Amino acid sequence: MAEDGREESVAADDDSQHTAEDGIHSLNNTMVEEGPTLLRRMEICVAEAEKRSGKNTVNMQETFTVYLIETRPMDALAEGRNPAPDSLWRRYSEFELLRNYLLVTFPYIVVPPLPEKRAEFVWHKLSADNMDPDFVERRRVGLENFLLRVASHPVLSNDKILHHFLTEEHGWKEVVYETGFQAKADSRLKALSATFRVRNPDKRFMDMKHYSDELQSHTSQLLRARARVADRLYGVYKVHGNYGRVFSEWSAIEKEMGDGLQSAGHHMDAYAASIDDILEEEEHYADQLKEYLFYAEALRAVCRKHELTQFELEMATQDLISKKQQHEELATGIVRTFSFKGMTNKLFGQEAPEQREARLKLLEELIEEGEEAVKDKTVECEEHVEKAWVDMQRFKEQKDKDLREALINYAVMQVSMCKKGIQMWSNAKECFLKM
Amino acid sequence: MSALFPAHLDLEEEEDLEVFSKKTSLTDGGPNSPSSMMNQYRLEAEEEEEEKEEKELFVTVDHPESHVTAIETFITYRVLTKTTRSDFDCSEFEVRRRYQDFLWLRSRLEENHPTLIVHPLPEKFVMKGMVERFNEDFIETRRRALQRFLSKISEHPLLSCSPHLKIFLTTQDLQSHKKQAPGFLTRVGETVRAVAHSVRGVRSRPEEFTLMQEYVEQFSSKISSVDKVTQRIIREQREYVDEMKQYSPPYSQWGGMEEALQLPLQEVAGCVQRCSTETQLQLQHLSTVLLPALHEYMLCADTLKAVMRRRDNIQAEYEARREAMEKRGDQEGEEVQALQEKVEVCNSSLQVDWSRWRSSMRTDLKTALLSTAESNLQHYEKCLAVWETFLLSQREEGSEQKEEEAP
Repeated sequence: MAEDGREESVAADDDSQHTAEDGIHSLNNTMVEEGPTLLRRMEICVAEAEKRSGKNTVNMQETFTVYLIETRPMDALAEGRNPAPDSLWRRYSEFELLRNYLLVTFPYIVVPPLPEKRAEFVWHKLSADNMDPDFVERRRVGLENFLLRVASHPVLSNDKILHHFLTEEHGWKEVVYETGFQAKADSRLKALSATFRVRNPDKRFMDMKHYSDELQSHTSQLLRARARVADRLYGVYKVHGNYGRVFSEWSAIEKEMGDGLQSAGHHMDAYAASIDDILEEEEHYADQLKEYLFYAEALRAVCRKHELTQFELEMATQDLISKKQQHEELATGIVRTFSFKGMTNKLFGQEAPEQREARLKLLEELIEEGEEAVKDKTVECEEHVEKAWVDMQRFKEQKDKDLREALINYAVMQVSMCKKGIQMWSNAKECFLKM
Repeated sequence: MSALFPAHLDLEEEEDLEVFSKKTSLTDGGPNSPSSMMNQYRLEAEEEEEEKEEKELFVTVDHPESHVTAIETFITYRVLTKTTRSDFDCSEFEVRRRYQDFLWLRSRLEENHPTLIVHPLPEKFVMKGMVERFNEDFIETRRRALQRFLSKISEHPLLSCSPHLKIFLTTQDLQSHKKQAPGFLTRVGETVRAVAHSVRGVRSRPEEFTLMQEYVEQFSSKISSVDKVTQRIIREQREYVDEMKQYSPPYSQWGGMEEALQLPLQEVAGCVQRCSTETQLQLQHLSTVLLPALHEYMLCADTLKAVMRRRDNIQAEYEARREAMEKRGDQEGEEVQALQEKVEVCNSSLQVDWSRWRSSMRTDLKTALLSTAESNLQHYEKCLAVWETFLLSQREEGSEQKEEEAP
């Protein structure tokens, strides 16, 4: 079992004063602790985001954002040295490419999702603009999270393409394409067809698929409801700002009441302004939920792969059986099943013995091939099941832990918001007393 | 009581003071007239050394009941009076009154005391929000406002001695009494005169009343703004509560299909639900405490404007008469002199009532705002407790788990 990485990282302990930031921090630290992964050898972060302009594939000018990935060797840090990080710039589409590569190359792994391409579940203040600085910032955090997840995964972290992605800025795309992963990708049609026609999928995978559907449905419902509540809460706080203006105007015509009203008005302004930070922080909670919304898709992909391999196995088995049957019929002359050849034979008479021999031979070859195919498919299917099951268990534990953390984070945010509210209204009360 | 009555006012014989009553066929020189009330005050000013009578008058308005007749449906309220005043026959009275009766009382008070600030009644109809007349909330809001009205009247040093108030509080059959009182014709007469004088305008309004007028204009506008903002907050908060109600089920539904996460998700669902209930309570407080208080003072602003107009009219009338007299060359002006005194008395009574009103306004609005701040505070404290309880239970669970995992 892996060594405990405690000396290399700040352990997430049971703090008495848990803050939301601590929650995210402890998540990162947990990833460092687990197993002998890339992350233990290398500190990774997505430090910055910048706007760039350039020509795209259809030679049109476009603006896009690039993200700075910084890496530092962990052993250097452990020794107390503070070397300058290696860094390179990547844009979102390159992250997508990396992920697609991982999806195809490791179809039995629940591959960590990327942060959303476009802002969804927006409430009115957040713009759906990809260039919006808040969106870019949250995406930066999401991309970093993605890299940390991948780099701490027992299987994914060893991948060469991943290493390349983190260390070689130029030429990476070519290297990825050279792996030919795109050819290995299963077509959607094939996958869909398998889903409908597979006969004996592993029950555990079917349950997991069902679970992923439910997870997706519930998290998106929750995200939608949360966004609406945030929108309304924003409205309530902001309208209080009007008290600021009105109390100020009123205080101008009053003598004894004037001071109290004026200062109360200032507190109302502060109250109205406080909601911006509160909701910005809540977006991080929403992002944590979103990650698992997208994880549901990744989980489903693993289940679909199982359906596909199982289906292909069934097809191969079926094919073998039918070939064997054909062979038997040809050899014995007993027709059990309907076949075109049988029909034409009946209609036009049987073929010559040489032809029959040739056909038998062909069938035997095909049967041999078929048996190989069934063997291969069985291995493929069983391996997939075995590895996928392991990763799905790992995912389940991770999910339970992370989401519990997220809920605690949320509660911490609510506590903070309530404390601010108490402060505000105590101040206002003091002012009203002075009236 | 003497502090409320300007010491410098030199009242002469009773006959002169009779002129204060309305110039109509019915001279109200009896105990209802302002003159006798002024006398009463003068007496009290002299008696300040002696032991004063306790002027205790408690009035409550409750038990709304619906009445259906062939012509109409209306609500009556029980008006319960408890008093230790000697001018009341008993110490307790119970009558039933409808909104119209309150209107009658108030108009009588305004007629008899044109330059006193008579607390406003709740409005006849509520157009905004399309509240039904017989809706429970509407009735309750009105009941409270009616009680406020009577409390204010019975606390007022002059108005609480009004015979009309006494009749209102004690007479079982108010309807027949209402028919006796003058009212309509005098009001018409007054209105005509008032219009005539207002067209002419006041020549030299004393500075303090100009300032008062300015204040009233501005106060009216400011309080109206505060009222609008409060209404807007209530609307936004209502929508917030509605969304909060939709926010709890997704958590519990999700929890239903999870294993390890079931408990925390269900607990968060519970927290959200509890907070939404608390927010609803806070909303209710705004609607039942702050908004009515603001609304009441919006109506007060209108009352103040009317009082100022009447004062101006009284002054205008006096000025008109004096001008006419000067034109005629008359030196003797009993009528004019009486009017002049009327102006002086009205001015000083308004001054006194004005500072009383200012002080009362300050107290009332301060109380309402304090109450709101307190209610908001408590709301946040309750929500804080809800979430902290959750955090505590999670930490306990967490430490339990760690104990289990430890070798």
